[in-house]
Amino acid sequence: MRATCINAVHLLARRDERVVFLGSDLSPGLLAEMKSEFPQRWFMEGVAEANLIGMAAGMAMEGLIPFANTIATFITRRCYEQVAIDLCLHNLPVRLIGNGGGLVYAPLGPTHLAIEDIAIMRALPNMTVVAVCDADEMTRFMAQSLEWPGPIYIRLGKGGDPIVSRPERGFSIGKAILMREAHAPRHVVLMATGVMTGNCLAAAATLAEQGIDCSVIHFHTVKPLDSAAVREHARDARLVVTVEEGIKIGGFGSAVTDVLVERCGKGLPAILRLGIPDRFPDRYGSQNDLLELFGLLPNQISAAVIDALGGTEQSF
Amino acid sequence: MSLVEILRVLYDDVLRYRPEDPAWPDRDRLILSKGHGCLALYAMLADKGFFPVEALDSFCRRDSILGGHPEAAKVPGVEASTGALGHGLSLGVGMALAARARTRDHRIVVVMGDGEIQEGSVWEAAMSASKHRLSNLTAVIDYNKLQSAGPTREILDLEPITDKFRAFGFATVEVDGHDIDALRSVLGRAPVDSAKPTAVIAHTIKGKGIAFAEGDANWHHKSRLPPEITAALYAALA
Repeated sequence: MRATCINAVHLLARRDERVVFLGSDLSPGLLAEMKSEFPQRWFMEGVAEANLIGMAAGMAMEGLIPFANTIATFITRRCYEQVAIDLCLHNLPVRLIGNGGGLVYAPLGPTHLAIEDIAIMRALPNMTVVAVCDADEMTRFMAQSLEWPGPIYIRLGKGGDPIVSRPERGFSIGKAILMREAHAPRHVVLMATGVMTGNCLAAAATLAEQGIDCSVIHFHTVKPLDSAAVREHARDARLVVTVEEGIKIGGFGSAVTDVLVERCGKGLPAILRLGIPDRFPDRYGSQNDLLELFGLLPNQISAAVIDALGGTEQSF
Repeated sequence: MSLVEILRVLYDDVLRYRPEDPAWPDRDRLILSKGHGCLALYAMLADKGFFPVEALDSFCRRDSILGGHPEAAKVPGVEASTGALGHGLSLGVGMALAARARTRDHRIVVVMGDGEIQEGSVWEAAMSASKHRLSNLTAVIDYNKLQSAGPTREILDLEPITDKFRAFGFATVEVDGHDIDALRSVLGRAPVDSAKPTAVIAHTIKGKGIAFAEGDANWHHKSRLPPEITAALYAALA
């Protein structure tokens, strides 16, 4: 997903002379071909994220389309005011590419874990927040990114994530994708973003074996959220489950419940929100180790659903 | 008040612009990074015909285009929405690089406050401007030596300010920021060095021209003035 995204910038640069790339202090040789082909449109600007965002804004004010890339924590929380004022207030078409969204940088500890990026980015007016589920979907997204008005935060997964998207399901920024359709009259709906969609598909397969029919809706765009899809799929659901690799406060699950609370005319469905609780991860290991710590692996998602259904009559 | 002459010289004698076409591609760009100085900018833009002078009377009213900090989407002639300090120089770096990429020869001038350059982002931008040898970029520092909390030398000293900019790769010039002829000479001939961005350190006096406010940090920000003070302000300007 990461390599696909970055390489797509080069392809877009060939298509459109407005495209420029800005990095902070990334791998030597990153986009070397683009640097060679378009030296005037490739920038590596050092460990200075506030300036990176301001530069990108200045370029966008002049009609360019900058793709700015660094580690997700540093392109969101480190330079939050520049993102808010320079990009969002001016509503400029700058694309922020955040490496290692969620728990990818598990070995590096909490300074590098982008757990609240979705929450803080979606809080900004004019910002679009995208977390695709795999490299193939990244290709489809990047092809559409050029003409999207306003800033976009692009959350990257680890890379090598299993391909679960399918071209025939299409892709449109802001439009959720039905990945698995349930047929039982009062089924369970799993709503996910980013690579958690793959985990939900695996969980849904397990649940099906146990007679629990689940649909899986993939929200590659957390903002603007496809509120129509949220309402439509939650309408007759026995249980709505949101799953995200991020902090639950203000994140994707909050976005879904915002829609349900504000627009559900006849009462809320039962809701289970899975994500990272209100604390910094205190372990290292691999991304999967931390996903396990927070109950986000497929078998844990399915177990949480069963647990929630077991308590449905009493608790919801 | 400390930046009135700086803006006056820029708009009278230095910058290229078309009030009837604020987005004219070949215009010079002025970013007022110290957005709290916007009253002086508004007066200049109105005087030059970017919008009617009568709009000045609506300052900060609910439906006014003229707020306490300038917004690009609202005010013709305002290049960037500023007020959060330490943003302007980076915007200018981006604009200067875009101008170079498109082989356009317009200039980018960023007017900064002195308290503002305590922000680390300014020095990030300064390194970047120097790295790219942005001779089409001029930073003007309105160095009145007073910030909201008191003298800059007491709050967070900027000295040696000129040496700092020089060390960061700028060609530097110091000037009396209230001397019209000196400003015209300095700002009109930038870039000083064809391979470097220019920093103009303009020594100014806060509240210049209003004797009872000059050099007094208490006048950095005021609202709800009593009538007698308002009358005294107008008298000082007469």
